[in-house]
Amino acid sequence: MVPLSWFLILGAALFAVGLFGVLARRNAIAILMGIELMLNAVNLNLLAFWRYLWSDSLTGVVFVIVVLAVAAAEVAVGLALIISIYRRRSTIVAEEINLLKW
Amino acid sequence: MIETISWLIPLPPLLAFGLIVLFAYRSNRVSHTLGIGAMLITWALAMSVFLFAVSGGELPVSAEVEWLPTGDSSFNIGIWIDSLTAVTLFFVAWTMLAIFVYSVGYHNYGKARDPKDRPGLPPHAGGIDPMYARFFAFISLFAFGMLALVVTDNLLVLFVGWEIMGMCSYMLIGFWYGKDSAKAAMVKAFMTTRVGDVFMLLGLAYLYWLTGTLTYSEILFNPETLERLATTPSVLGPGTSAAALIALLFFIGTVGKSAQWPLHTWLPDAMEGPTPVSAMIHAATMVSAGIYLILRIFPLISAGWQPGEPLPDIMVIIAFIGAFTALFASTLAIGQNDIKRVLAYSTISQLGYMVAAVGIGAFVAAAFHLVVHAFFKGLLFLGSGSVIHGVEHGAHETGDHIDPNDMTHMGGLWKKMPLTFWTFLIGGLTLAGFPIVTAGFWSKDEILAEAFGTGHIAVFIVLALAAFITAFYIMRQITMTFLGKPRSEAAKHAHESTWTMTVPLVVLAIFSVTIGWAGIPRGFPVLSSLVPNWVQEFVDATLLEPAEALEFNSIPLLVSVSVALGGLLIGYLMYRRLEAGAPDPLARLGRVYVWIQDKFYFDELYDFLFVRPAYWFAETFVYRGIDRRVIDGFLHWVAGLAGRLGGFLRNKIDLPIINGTADLVGEGVKTASHEGRVIQTGRIQTYLVVGIIFTGALLSYIFFLL
Repeated sequence: MVPLSWFLILGAALFAVGLFGVLARRNAIAILMGIELMLNAVNLNLLAFWRYLWSDSLTGVVFVIVVLAVAAAEVAVGLALIISIYRRRSTIVAEEINLLKW
Repeated sequence: MIETISWLIPLPPLLAFGLIVLFAYRSNRVSHTLGIGAMLITWALAMSVFLFAVSGGELPVSAEVEWLPTGDSSFNIGIWIDSLTAVTLFFVAWTMLAIFVYSVGYHNYGKARDPKDRPGLPPHAGGIDPMYARFFAFISLFAFGMLALVVTDNLLVLFVGWEIMGMCSYMLIGFWYGKDSAKAAMVKAFMTTRVGDVFMLLGLAYLYWLTGTLTYSEILFNPETLERLATTPSVLGPGTSAAALIALLFFIGTVGKSAQWPLHTWLPDAMEGPTPVSAMIHAATMVSAGIYLILRIFPLISAGWQPGEPLPDIMVIIAFIGAFTALFASTLAIGQNDIKRVLAYSTISQLGYMVAAVGIGAFVAAAFHLVVHAFFKGLLFLGSGSVIHGVEHGAHETGDHIDPNDMTHMGGLWKKMPLTFWTFLIGGLTLAGFPIVTAGFWSKDEILAEAFGTGHIAVFIVLALAAFITAFYIMRQITMTFLGKPRSEAAKHAHESTWTMTVPLVVLAIFSVTIGWAGIPRGFPVLSSLVPNWVQEFVDATLLEPAEALEFNSIPLLVSVSVALGGLLIGYLMYRRLEAGAPDPLARLGRVYVWIQDKFYFDELYDFLFVRPAYWFAETFVYRGIDRRVIDGFLHWVAGLAGRLGGFLRNKIDLPIINGTADLVGEGVKTASHEGRVIQTGRIQTYLVVGIIFTGALLSYIFFLL
């Protein structure tokens, strides 16, 4: 059986890739995608821990489903914001969206 | 029932005043309807009280309610209707009603308003007075003051009514306040009467201090209180009684209000007011209030004195002032050419008669003359107003610029204004005491008879002399005004006044004649058997100890008849052929005539003694000395001190410490935020890096250090 650590390493790798995407990409959609990756990395960790340590209860699975639902909602709101910004400013580059500055 | 009616007597005019001032003043018609309507109601109430009193109703009618609690006791107001009140109400109601109606015509109601007329000035050319409604408001308030004074049962409310009349007098004398002379007259009247009022207030205070009450029934009709007051030494010293001092203080109030010498100077000047005002205030009612007061307090004046005894000092003073004023003012009247001023001096003189009568203890005679005088003097004033009106009309028609009050421009008016002439003649003959037919004969004769009969020969001689001069000046006035030939174009074109002015004249003329029949002395040949001496019996009942009527004596009667007829005859003979522009026949008296014309220089004397020192005191002492130097100096010193203190506070405390701190906080925040804002890049990823670094740091802290 695949040991738990492999899953955790994969989760950490996915999280790091997602974090890099969020920090490094200029495109707002790509940043959102990075966030999705990070969420899924967390989901992976949750499932792995559930499977190996608390498989007799449903807690882990339910938690993952909740995270997925929240992620879906977040993406929907995020994309709507991006579309709205694009309509007003014809750009989705993150550093040009500086309305909150000062 | 009769009590309720008595309570209600003064109220309608007050209500009318309020309604006119607040609501009705825009409409002349509503205003005079309110004023006259209220007066009519009051008249009806007063007449019912009078009829109740004379038809043998039980007197006095009195009632009172609690008004002000004063410590342990309470101050009550109430009504007191005795025979004196009843006769006073009778003449007050009649003359006031007549004057209210007369005012409608006098102020040209029904004529269009002349656009050139200004409020505060008499109408130029017979237009309605611009302040018509205001006039009715004022005289309504005035009527309230007089009626309250008459029906009240205590001296304090009497004083309140007294002062209301003083104020209304001030406002009405200055009704045409656009004229400088009216302004001066209003101030003079108010100030002069105030001198008397202050003393009267002192008297009130002293009386209240001694007795703890001001109600008539507890002082004037209470023999114990009177006895106590008469025997208590006053604050002035052992020789004087408290009753005498109080009576003297009240009497000084009367001297001011009834314009007795030496406070007489305001009344002639008060003729600046409209003529109905002169009639109402300065003949029929307000000056009568002064006499009413001394009649009212007669028990106090005569406390400790029995008829037949020598007069106490206070009564000697009153008799002297009255007799002197009667003679003095009548001599002044002969030098006047202003038709109203003659009557003003005549009023002073006649009031002097009444005062003298009170002084010699002739209570009934004084009251009788008060009533008669109110009617005939009201009549004479209203008649003179009608004459002035007629001459003014003539002057407008002919374009003559003359003083319509000046009798030297008149003459021959009897053909133009017959009704005015006949009524004025009746009034004049009544004033002169024309024998038998006029009321003035009976009332004046009664005073003379009392003076003679009680042995006050000096008073008798002075009053008889005054009666002679009175007959002379009134005949001079009648002759100059109505008889002979017109001495100006205006007089030729004068015409009779409207019915609202002549009807009151006729009513008052009827009373001027008929009132006398109620007071024909007992023992008078023939006539006394026809009519009982009703006045004597009725009015005397006011006093606790009614005086006995005197035995009839023919000497004062003969003197009275001869001075009246003699004065009238001489007056007629001297003035019947007066030509226009000719000097007054009296000018032959030389210097004496000049003195009379200049009113014996009393105005100048008072100007020198009181007015100018007052101005000097105000200007030099109070203004320059106290005001400028002491008060202003102190104020400037305080202001300088405050300025320096303020400077210190500002420069040493406010600016460096308080402003400094506040600025430091503000500037500090500003600088810090200016410096700190560079970290707020607005780039989401920078924030995220910062967030991650701090999260990492926090996690590291939790994991590795805890």
